[in-house]
Amino acid sequence: MRLPITAWVSISHRASGVFLFVATAVLLWALDASLRSPESFAALRECLDTLWMKLVIWAVLAGLIYHTAAGVRHLIMDCGIGESMPGGVLGARLVIAVSVLLTVLAGVWIW
Amino acid sequence: MVTSVTNLGRSGLFDWVVQRVSALVLLAYFAYIGCVLLGGVDYTGWRELYAQTWMRVFSLGALLSLVLHAWVGIWSVLTDYLTERMMGTTGTVLRLLAQLLCGIVIFVYTVWGIQILWGY
Repeated sequence: MRLPITAWVSISHRASGVFLFVATAVLLWALDASLRSPESFAALRECLDTLWMKLVIWAVLAGLIYHTAAGVRHLIMDCGIGESMPGGVLGARLVIAVSVLLTVLAGVWIW
Repeated sequence: MVTSVTNLGRSGLFDWVVQRVSALVLLAYFAYIGCVLLGGVDYTGWRELYAQTWMRVFSLGALLSLVLHAWVGIWSVLTDYLTERMMGTTGTVLRLLAQLLCGIVIFVYTVWGIQILWGY
């Protein structure tokens, strides 16, 4: 599908939002295990140290980072900044650039 | 006049405001949690943080913001794609079922979250 970059950023904002709604279950599960007891905290730490769980956490963080960046762009546009066609394209490019950078940094932090 | 009964506030402007206020609460909460986690945590410190009333209230505020934000967001997505125009005659039925499922998940998240925050 050939769509302008602004459309891709918009549809990914929606997709990441739906993904995060599902991923909230993982976050609540982790918060539950982290506060339940010292034993479950240690077990959670061990569980999060496996490759698969690291990938899951990275995916959740990537979704969170992207959804946040695209959301902040909306808030900035609500203030009347970047509402023109070139402004919208620039904003969309910035969202992608910031998200990629922060997602790589999140990966570095996890590993 | 027929108004939508499945959006949050029966008014697009109200939903618009809810979406932005809840977004700011979530931004503040995740930024704060991110800073705490980057600083490194052990069980005692983490437990003590979540034992404080302000942190429980902040967390509950973030959880309620999340479910309101999710309802408004998912409503926007479902009313765009799960429609009779996109899906045929069963579109509206599918959308209402999806929204029912979403409502159940929201209810579970809310109860589970309160249980975590005040249960341990």
